Amino acid sequence: MLLEALSLQMGYNATLVTIGACFLGVAAGVTGTFLYLRKRALVSDAISHATLPGVGAAFILMVMLGGDGRNLPVLLFGSAVSAGLGLLCVNWLTRQTRLAEDAAIGSVLSVFFGFGIVLLTIIQTMSAGRAAGLEGFLLGSTAGMLWNDAIVIVLSGAVTLALVLLLRRPMGLVAFDPEFAASSGVNIERVDLAIMGLVMAVTVVGLKIVGLILIVAMLIIPPVTARFWTDRTDRVALIAGFCGGAAAWIGAAISATAPALPTGPIIVLVSFAMFAVSMFLAPDRGVLAAFLRHQSFQKRVHLRQGLLALAQEQPIYETYTMRLLHRAGLALPDGVPTEAGKARAAKALRDEKRWQLVRADQSLESAAALYDGLREIETVLTTDQISEIDAQIGGPRGLSE
Amino acid sequence: MSVGLATNLGVAPVMQDAGASPLVVRGMTVSYGQKPVVFSVDMEIKNGSMTAIIGPNGAGKSTLLKAALGIVKPLAGDALVFGQPLRNQRSRIAYVPQRASVDWDFPTRVIDVVLMGLYRELGLLGRVRKGHIQKAMACLDRVGMTDFADRQIGQLSGGQQQRVFLSRALAQEAELYLLDEPFAGVDAATEKAIISVLKGLRDEGKTVVAVHHDLSTVGEYFDRVFLINTNKIAEGPVKETFTSENLDRTYGGRLATGQLDQLNLAAG
Amino acid sequence: MTGAEFVPLSLPPLLIGICAAVACALPGNFLLLRKQALIGDAISHVVLPGIVIAFLFTGSVSAWPMMVGAALASVFAVVLIEAVRRLGRIEPGAAMGLTFTTMFAGGVLLLEQSDTSTVHLDVEHALYGNLESLIWLDAVGWQSLADPAALATLPVELPRIALTLMAVIVFTWLFWRLLVLSTFDDSFALTLGLHTGWISLALVVVAAVAAVAAFDAVGSIIVIAMFICPPASARLMTNRLEVQIAWSVVFAVISAVLGYVLAGYGPLWLGSDNAVSAAGMIATVSGVILASTALFAPCRKRAGAPRH
Repeated sequence: MLLEALSLQMGYNATLVTIGACFLGVAAGVTGTFLYLRKRALVSDAISHATLPGVGAAFILMVMLGGDGRNLPVLLFGSAVSAGLGLLCVNWLTRQTRLAEDAAIGSVLSVFFGFGIVLLTIIQTMSAGRAAGLEGFLLGSTAGMLWNDAIVIVLSGAVTLALVLLLRRPMGLVAFDPEFAASSGVNIERVDLAIMGLVMAVTVVGLKIVGLILIVAMLIIPPVTARFWTDRTDRVALIAGFCGGAAAWIGAAISATAPALPTGPIIVLVSFAMFAVSMFLAPDRGVLAAFLRHQSFQKRVHLRQGLLALAQEQPIYETYTMRLLHRAGLALPDGVPTEAGKARAAKALRDEKRWQLVRADQSLESAAALYDGLREIETVLTTDQISEIDAQIGGPRGLSE
Repeated sequence: MSVGLATNLGVAPVMQDAGASPLVVRGMTVSYGQKPVVFSVDMEIKNGSMTAIIGPNGAGKSTLLKAALGIVKPLAGDALVFGQPLRNQRSRIAYVPQRASVDWDFPTRVIDVVLMGLYRELGLLGRVRKGHIQKAMACLDRVGMTDFADRQIGQLSGGQQQRVFLSRALAQEAELYLLDEPFAGVDAATEKAIISVLKGLRDEGKTVVAVHHDLSTVGEYFDRVFLINTNKIAEGPVKETFTSENLDRTYGGRLATGQLDQLNLAAG
Repeated sequence: MTGAEFVPLSLPPLLIGICAAVACALPGNFLLLRKQALIGDAISHVVLPGIVIAFLFTGSVSAWPMMVGAALASVFAVVLIEAVRRLGRIEPGAAMGLTFTTMFAGGVLLLEQSDTSTVHLDVEHALYGNLESLIWLDAVGWQSLADPAALATLPVELPRIALTLMAVIVFTWLFWRLLVLSTFDDSFALTLGLHTGWISLALVVVAAVAAVAAFDAVGSIIVIAMFICPPASARLMTNRLEVQIAWSVVFAVISAVLGYVLAGYGPLWLGSDNAVSAAGMIATVSGVILASTALFAPCRKRAGAPRH
């Protein structure tokens, strides 16, 4: 059944939801990348919660003007207006008062949402039947998705992506290195505004499928996931888009296979699974890789310190160091160095002396910058340079120095 | 020319009177990620001395202090305070962090900050009594800040903030004082006030260690110096250790000869 | 409005609202100063899965399992956020957003999957509470306050939130110095031997407990408003911490009272006969207070560049 769902054979509604979700996932992943790189991920939470009063107000207005409250484009427009207002409030609070950005985000988020709830309860008393759909904006409601709704979502998603494509250079520059961008003449404020605007667009579009609480997840999780796989801004955006779209597709498919599997939460959980796998297993930036690197680094540090201690006939007091030396065959369990150990220790000491000289010499500054306590000097200087230095130190000597 | 190497590149140096040294650091290595900031550093602070920790930016000066005080976790090595692990000797030390490490917009007054130094006496629930206030005011008096006792700390200048920090340390009545860049960004009057307090402490037999950034005042303010650039370059009395050769090794030969001349260095 | 109407219908909700607001505002002051205001956001989202899991485990919706479930969920969330932040080297906001939205999604899924047909545990209620319905049926007027038989039927949420408020007050008073020291200067606190990590955790747990207790009154998401808005407004009013705490309590009480009154009676005054959400109104009022202080309060501006 899952395979059928994945290949869009589960019926009209399921197919619409899957395609719409996929577009949303891609748009959210890509847009969220710039937000994440700008270190303002949680502004999306404020924006999404601030959509609620707009939805409510739009509904009330439409009904008061005699129309059907459930007109999606109008509702989405209302949500965009209040989200924009929320964003303005966040900026204003951060700039004009001593409050920090997290306080501004949290207060706008909760107050706008609270007011939105007030409007929702008004609506509930206005016309019970027609209002039922609005609560779906909290968690998404994909049942009974109309063709028109899907078109709205796909189109908005496509437009958003097109805009991102258009603006990717300035947005990428500002996200990656704002100071450099400013010095190259990019108007940071305007670009930030553009990023926020796109986030708002994606949020508004996502209200129907995943609801306002979970759209934040789709904006944040894919970029974080993508970040583990690459260091380049444009690649992060691409991978994030891919992850977002894939998670949405798979999630929507899974949720179509059984009842009581709400679409929004499943998409988020699939997205998180992709994140967890990436965090642990990504080569280079993944946790496993970093852990292995750290262990090997710690070993090398302790070994080196141990060798230097041996070379200067000083006692080693850390048992971990002694154990490492013993295991490498460089010392006996009681700390007495073996022949191999003596040789390595002497070399280590000589290298330290060479490094000291290198770091004191301004002409070797670029080489000196590579010093990290462990690096072999042969990897940095030529044999001629090393011989020169040795001449100054006075040549290799035995351990008794 | 032979390169004089610091004798303590390795692990535990041989010490006399190990129990009496206010601070001994052994084989300390601290790294952020894969980059060691402090590598295999040994340090021994002599009782009753005023020691300056000197080195270029990013050389690990602050990190060394923080690792010795248990604020950051080292990759290797440890520190002993008066011959014992830090946790048994906390009442004998006072730490003055960098001014920038604190949010000076925090809603508190100058007198409240100084009273923080009396935490050991007050404990969790102790009431602040007149005696405590008097003690705090006395400490403020030593740095010349009694008029500011009721002021909100965000309204102070950099120099005034630094004095308040020092005042808090004085309230702790410690034997070993560790200061991180106490003279950074302060006005001349504050600098005079601070150094006079520190010298007063030294005259009382206390020990002072300060991360210091201004080479031109080392000779005037301190009697011992510890040069570091990721690893230890040299350690000892200013007269013997604060030499142009050692400074060259510390700063990678980047100090202009003019600068060195001005520093009035010891011969050699 | 007579005692006969007020005491059974309005007194308990008002008191519950006030206690909930103050219980959240107190720890909120410290969260604000530690720039951890959004932990309130995280807590209020993870309260849901905590409560659902507690319900699945114990099969009941009684208070204590739910409180424990929510407190555990908050601790779990905080630990997970830290782990994600450190292991993945992810910036704190993203780590928070990632963790709590996922936990929330998990909670919603569990809720849908579990058989809650016999139990009143729907998502909307979880989100914005039902303060208006916490009435005291057996009361007949002010005299019921002295009547033990009537008092026995007080809505159970009231003594619960009152007790929680007591606990929060005791915690704040007991650990005042630790909280101030570790918030103001973390490294100095460490050198004094204070366990700043545990203090941080304790603060979050206390906040979580307050959030859960307030949950019944105002739902989980509006709890954020109570954590942030009164303390933030208070922050703009003064430069002294003790005064800030006092102001935050005042603002919390005003928000609760005015919010409840406007929600219940506002529509009546405007000609409709249905009340609106009290929780939403409380949040809105707290927002209006914040806006007013942001525009007019004496200490609203950042301390400028220091004078010499």
